[in-house]
Amino acid sequence: MKKTIITVVGKDTVGIIAKVCTYLAENKINILDISQTIVSGYFNMMMVTDTASSVKSAVEIADEMEELGKGMNLTIHCMNEDIFNTMHRI
Amino acid sequence: MINMTEASETIKMITQENLDVRTITMGISLLDCVDSDLEKLNENIYRKITTMAEKLVSTGKEIEKEYGIPIVNKRISVTPIALVGGSACKSPEDFVTIAGTLDRAAKQVGVNFIGGYSALVSKGMTRSDEFLIRSIPQALSSTDVVCSSVNVGSTKCGIDMDAVRLLGEIIRETAERTKEQDSLGCAKLVVFCNAPDDNPFMAGAFHGVTEGDAIINVGVSGPGVVKTALEQVRGEDFEVLCETIKKTAFKVTRVGQLVAQEASRRLGVPFGIIDLSLAPTPAIGDSVADILCEIGLEYAGAPGTTAALALLNDQVKKGGVMASSYVGGLSGAFIPVSEDQGMINAAEIGALTLEKLEAMTCVCSVGLDMIAIPGETSASTISGIIADEMAIGMVNQKTTAVRLIPVIGKGVGETVEFGGLLGHAPIMPVNPFSCEAFISRKGRIPAPIHSFKN
Repeated sequence: MKKTIITVVGKDTVGIIAKVCTYLAENKINILDISQTIVSGYFNMMMVTDTASSVKSAVEIADEMEELGKGMNLTIHCMNEDIFNTMHRI
Repeated sequence: MINMTEASETIKMITQENLDVRTITMGISLLDCVDSDLEKLNENIYRKITTMAEKLVSTGKEIEKEYGIPIVNKRISVTPIALVGGSACKSPEDFVTIAGTLDRAAKQVGVNFIGGYSALVSKGMTRSDEFLIRSIPQALSSTDVVCSSVNVGSTKCGIDMDAVRLLGEIIRETAERTKEQDSLGCAKLVVFCNAPDDNPFMAGAFHGVTEGDAIINVGVSGPGVVKTALEQVRGEDFEVLCETIKKTAFKVTRVGQLVAQEASRRLGVPFGIIDLSLAPTPAIGDSVADILCEIGLEYAGAPGTTAALALLNDQVKKGGVMASSYVGGLSGAFIPVSEDQGMINAAEIGALTLEKLEAMTCVCSVGLDMIAIPGETSASTISGIIADEMAIGMVNQKTTAVRLIPVIGKGVGETVEFGGLLGHAPIMPVNPFSCEAFISRKGRIPAPIHSFKN
């Protein structure tokens, strides 16, 4: 398993989750967990995913997700889970 | 599992507070390149560097993307060239050819600096050490990415005053040779006392002789993150202040440790050390001086600055040490004037003087760093400033360094622009009284009494 954390932030609009999930499904990235809130009109989502089955490299996925976000006025970060674990867990 | 608050905190540190890994530096030993034939030596050096570091930059970029953390610089440090070139170089000009080779090799692999055009002369200079030192002005003016350093003192050996005197002249000559670019050559030359073997930061990085064949050293940064954390505890007591710095330094360093281990694994080169540093850049919000202001000073340089810096430096180390398996290099807060917008502001308004900076170097990571001084400053005065700084390092058993830029053709009140990470700086006044007779004395200053610990 290769866990990657995807965060999506931006102004709320119809179809954000659909678009992100479609991309993930097309690239064989499995979603393990989703948490999502809306704070004063701003969409905020964090997904824990498994990218082990994807044929694309971590670099490609990060680039494509960023592009996908730009098309919807969203900021999407796609980062290996280890960076969060090392920073917040001992 | 990581929650949304923690994920947002990390992303905010990176996107808004300039958290980055400042440098991945690959140390490469050139001892096995030694040959008495200069051409062969140059060939060996070029081949070894371009082979060992072939994938350094691409690996750095991959890690950067995969973990979402910027890795600002990828660099190389090599064995001090005075040792490597000892048997082949019969003149300063011979050494300059090696500088040219280092420059070509560095550009070939795509790193932005290569350090190690160095000599270690804390007790005395060999003939080849002196050739190398005398070649520095030509080497730095004829190359783009080569960095040079000379270690002229240590707590164990004392200070080699002959080298200090010579370096005053060499710094002036380097300034003259690069005067068209505001004496930029001097920004690539550091004079050290107690230089560490595993420093990943330029311009002073070299791969010490105590090191293995190759190693990965990483320098972390994050003044903006510390500043933002301190904004949340304004007015609180020192305990809260120190705890906040410590916790933040821990988080920042853990990221460095992760990147270092990953780079080491992917490149197949052992992990050396993490340099626990707060390294500023000229970018707004990436300033060590701003942290000092957040602690409670109107400007860096105000009374209380040395105490605030001592506290900051110590807490950064305490927080960072637990986050990393091996710590080394220069570890602490850097106070380069031209590379820190808060320092520049303080110098411009007159809050920060050369003498106050000297006091600050007693309690921080390095020394008098990236300070522009009038172009007419004499060689003996520069040597005097170096000697003072070396004495602080020698007596306090710490690394100190001097990177002064006498800007030819400019005086106090004028500004110098180096560009990029090197920033810009107001030219600071230097004490006008002479130390000529002191600097003219030959020989060395003996090691201090507390160096005899055996």
